[in-house]
Amino acid sequence: MSRPMLRQTWTVLRKDLLLSWRGRARIVAMLSFAVVTLMLFSFAVGPNADALARHAGGYLWLALLLSSVLSLGQSFQLELEDSALEGLTLLPVDPRALFFGKAIANAAQLMVLGVALVPLSLVLFGTTVEGSWLGLVGFLALGTAGLAAPGTLYSAMTSRAKGSDVMLPLLLFPLVVPVLLAATKGSSLSLQGDPMSQAKSWATILLCFDLVYWSLCPVLFGRVLDD
Amino acid sequence: MRTEGFAVRADALSRGFGDRWALAGVNLRVRAGSSLLLAGHNGAGKTTLLRILAGLLRPTSGAVQVAGVDLSKDLHRARRKVALIAHQGQHYLDLSAGENLALVTRLLGRTQADASAALARVGLSERTDDVVRTFSAGMRKRLAFARILLQAPDVVLLDEPWGQLDPAGFRFVDELLGEFCADGRAVIVATHLVERAGRLLDHGLLLDGGSPAWVGAARDLPQAMSEEAT
Repeated sequence: MSRPMLRQTWTVLRKDLLLSWRGRARIVAMLSFAVVTLMLFSFAVGPNADALARHAGGYLWLALLLSSVLSLGQSFQLELEDSALEGLTLLPVDPRALFFGKAIANAAQLMVLGVALVPLSLVLFGTTVEGSWLGLVGFLALGTAGLAAPGTLYSAMTSRAKGSDVMLPLLLFPLVVPVLLAATKGSSLSLQGDPMSQAKSWATILLCFDLVYWSLCPVLFGRVLDD
Repeated sequence: MRTEGFAVRADALSRGFGDRWALAGVNLRVRAGSSLLLAGHNGAGKTTLLRILAGLLRPTSGAVQVAGVDLSKDLHRARRKVALIAHQGQHYLDLSAGENLALVTRLLGRTQADASAALARVGLSERTDDVVRTFSAGMRKRLAFARILLQAPDVVLLDEPWGQLDPAGFRFVDELLGEFCADGRAVIVATHLVERAGRLLDHGLLLDGGSPAWVGAARDLPQAMSEEAT
C-alpha cells in the first residue's frame, strides 16, 4: 500500500469513526439489539445450563452477526445522505482506500461490540473462560474482520437498491458461513479449553478467509462505486 | 496548467431510463476559460447531462472527454478534473463545516489554512464548528462552493447555483463565475434563471425533451425561450 493510499485510508477511517461517535445513539441501539438477541437465545434454550454453556460461543457469534447487519447497513446510509459519497468520489481518493477506511471502521465497531458482549455471555450462559482470554480476543478480531470486509462491499452494493435492509443479510449471510463456523469453533475452544490444540487450525482457516476477503473486496468495491 | 482547446467534449450523448430518453444525441464543446448556460424545462435533461459530465452517471451511448480525459477509459482521473454543485450539498451532515472541509483538504493534500480561507470566502467562518445538519439550505450551498474553491478543478459544473441563496449569495455566485472563467476553467451552469445567467455566461444551449432545441449566445437564450414558448 502506497503512502498516499495509507493517508487516504486513515482520512476515511477517521471520518467514519467520527461519524459513528456522533451517531452513538445508533451504536447504543445496536448494542441493545445484540443484548436482546443473546437473552432470547438464553430463553429459547431454557434452563439447560449445560447446553447454554456448551453453545455460548455460537450464541455470541450469532448475536454479533445479526447486529452487524444494522451496523454495516448504517455505514453506507450515512454516505448516501445528502449524496456525500458523490462528493467523495469527485475527490482524488483511491476506491481501495475508501474501502479499507470504511471496512476497518466497521471491523473496529464490531470488535468493540464483541468485546462488550463477552462478559454478558459469560453471565447469561453460566460459563467461564477456561481456555485463553487472548485466544478469545484473537478470534473476535479475526471473525469481525471476516464479517466487515464482505459486509462493507455488500452494504455498498445494496444501499441504493430497493429493500436494501433485506438484501444485505440475504447476500452476506451465505458468504460468511465459513467465517461464522471457524469463529464459533475457535471462540468455543477459547471458552471451554482446548485440550487437543485445535484452536490454531481454526485460527488459520479464519485468517485464510480474511486474506481472501480483504484482497478481493477492495478490488470489487471500485467496480461497485463506478456502477 | 489548464487544458488547451476543449475542456469538455461530448459526442452523440444519449441516456435512457427504462423506455424514456432523458438525453438524446447531445453534442457539446466547451473551451477552457469559457462558459455554457444549460436551460430547459423540468425534465429537459440538464441534470442528467451534468451528472454524465461529472462521471456520476454512465451514458447509454456517446462519448465524453473532460479536460482531455475520456470518461469511458479513465473514469477516476476524469472525475478528479471536475467539481459539481448538485441539488444536494454532498456533505456529511453530522460533521461540522470545518470537519467536512478538513476531509476535503486532507484528500486533496491542501492545508488547513486553505480550508479556513475557503470558509471565510463563502462567509461561513463563524459557523466552522457547527454541524452541517443545523445549516440552512443556503448555507449548505455556500459550503459546497467552499469545497469547489479547494478543489480548483478544470471543469466546474453547477446545477442551479443560485438556488436557496440570499441576494448577497447571488452576487457571490456571480463573482465566482467570472473568477472561474478568468482562471481558465470551463464552467457549465444549468439553471432556470436564464436572464441572470445569460448576462454572465458565454454560450447557451436549450434542451427540450433531452435534445438540443437551440444553440447560440447565452445572452440571446431568454429571447429564444420566450419565442419557443409562443
